[in-house]
Amino acid sequence: MSELILRLNARAKSAVQTLQEYFELAWNAVRFIFARPFYAQDVVQQMDEIGVKSLGIVLLTGLFTGMVLALQSSIQLQTFGATMYIGRLVAGSMIRELGPVLAGLMVAGRVGSGIAAQLGSMKVTEQIDALNTLGTDPIKKLVTPRLIAALIMLPVLTIINDMVGIFGGNLIATLMLGLPTSLYWRTVWEQIISGGFVFGFIPNDFVQGLLKPLMFGAIIAITACFFGLRTTGGTEGVGQSTTKAVVTSSILILVSDYFLTQILLSVLHAP
Amino acid sequence: MTQELRRKGERKSGHVREAIRQELATDSAAMPAEDAVEAGARPPVIEMQDVSLAFDVPILEDISFKAHEGETIVIVGESGTGKSTALKLMLRLLVPQKGRVLVDGEDITDLSFEEALVVRQKMGMVFQGAALFDSLTVFENIAYPLREHTRMSDDEIEQRVREKLAFVDLEADEVMDKLPSELSGGMRKRVGIARGMANDPEVMLYDEPTSGLDPLTTGTITRLILKLQRELKVTSIVVSHDIRSAFRMATKIALLHDHRISFFGTPEEMSAAEDPYIHDFLGGL
Repeated sequence: MSELILRLNARAKSAVQTLQEYFELAWNAVRFIFARPFYAQDVVQQMDEIGVKSLGIVLLTGLFTGMVLALQSSIQLQTFGATMYIGRLVAGSMIRELGPVLAGLMVAGRVGSGIAAQLGSMKVTEQIDALNTLGTDPIKKLVTPRLIAALIMLPVLTIINDMVGIFGGNLIATLMLGLPTSLYWRTVWEQIISGGFVFGFIPNDFVQGLLKPLMFGAIIAITACFFGLRTTGGTEGVGQSTTKAVVTSSILILVSDYFLTQILLSVLHAP
Repeated sequence: MTQELRRKGERKSGHVREAIRQELATDSAAMPAEDAVEAGARPPVIEMQDVSLAFDVPILEDISFKAHEGETIVIVGESGTGKSTALKLMLRLLVPQKGRVLVDGEDITDLSFEEALVVRQKMGMVFQGAALFDSLTVFENIAYPLREHTRMSDDEIEQRVREKLAFVDLEADEVMDKLPSELSGGMRKRVGIARGMANDPEVMLYDEPTSGLDPLTTGTITRLILKLQRELKVTSIVVSHDIRSAFRMATKIALLHDHRISFFGTPEEMSAAEDPYIHDFLGGL
């Protein structure tokens, strides 16, 4: 019995310590955004890696999600004779939820795995130690540029994802359901302005839809770097880190999405 | 049984001493006596005082030694005795649980992470697998510490990189634009040495500089370390299990056994030592 307690105790301790290290990494990465030297070139390179190179999969995901949304909801709306509101439904779902979450999950899969694998190989081939030895803080050189790039690119990718998704809904609405394009876009606009505004001119839906990718960007960059930098045990370890990075960041995205939505709804739509 | 072992040891030690004598006669790195005395008067460049470190199991226990200016200390020992860990302690990549590590008389044990980055610039490290940044070219690898810590112009940097590549006997125009993955193991090691010495450090640390190399390349790398030490008078700490090259390079040898330094002295003293473990260890010569 006491052995079990001891083991549980040790397990709990290590879990708390891991969590502490995670937040320590996150804090340092954020702190270094404002500290010299700035690795601008690395930031640009990572923006290309995280943003530009993810464009293809984000375009595809967005387009097909918008299309399938329109298709599915048309059946539901037909029951109530409300097919004309398809634009509202597609826009609402894309901007508030699916745009950010799907872009986040796709980037977590594509970029999170890449970052974890790259940093993991650098760790096991002592390149991280080499950076330290050459007087460079690996967090500043490797983690902060990735964090900045993800914080900038995730919202951009989300906007693109939203737009392509709404356009995909437009395709289905016009070509398959015979809804005029002008009507579709009018309902899209109605949806955007229906939720109210922050500062009188930023639609609430946009605030929701752009705060989330900021959060997801941070989650992807920090989680992937965290597991990459903790890699031990050679190439096998690199594989494990990659898997852990993708799984953990995907779960964190989905869980934090729920809580963020809860918070944002209560703040933005407070009575 | 013990007697038999001892006899065996003595017989072996006869061969060993002969081999070492030849080794020392052909290519000795040991300093002339007066130099060594003079070096002893200066403060040690690297000093370890009763350093202990354990991760669940003990790694190093009560390690103490001093490396004076211009000396080459070779740390030898079986695999897994904490040799590389000792180097990481000197670089303050690890912090000892007990004891102190001093660089140029400055205690680096309690330095903050940022302060440690500054101290590390006094040291050049050559990693076991060279640890070149694989996304950067050879040129960028060697230029890295210069770009990070100096305000040298691009021309000056290129000149310095060429100079260092020439020192390690590599044709600058041939290798500069290559990626580390395009180089052979021996060439990578040499580029690693060039990067380590790019900043003209006071101390060079080598982690298994000759492991995984063929005998010819091993000889080349050993000669290179000797050249660095003789021409530039750099203090060197070498971790190795290659006892032959250790004898060629060392001013002093530290033998790690059971997490402790079981012997510390000149190669001559080591070859004259009567300890059976040392005999066994030198049996590999």
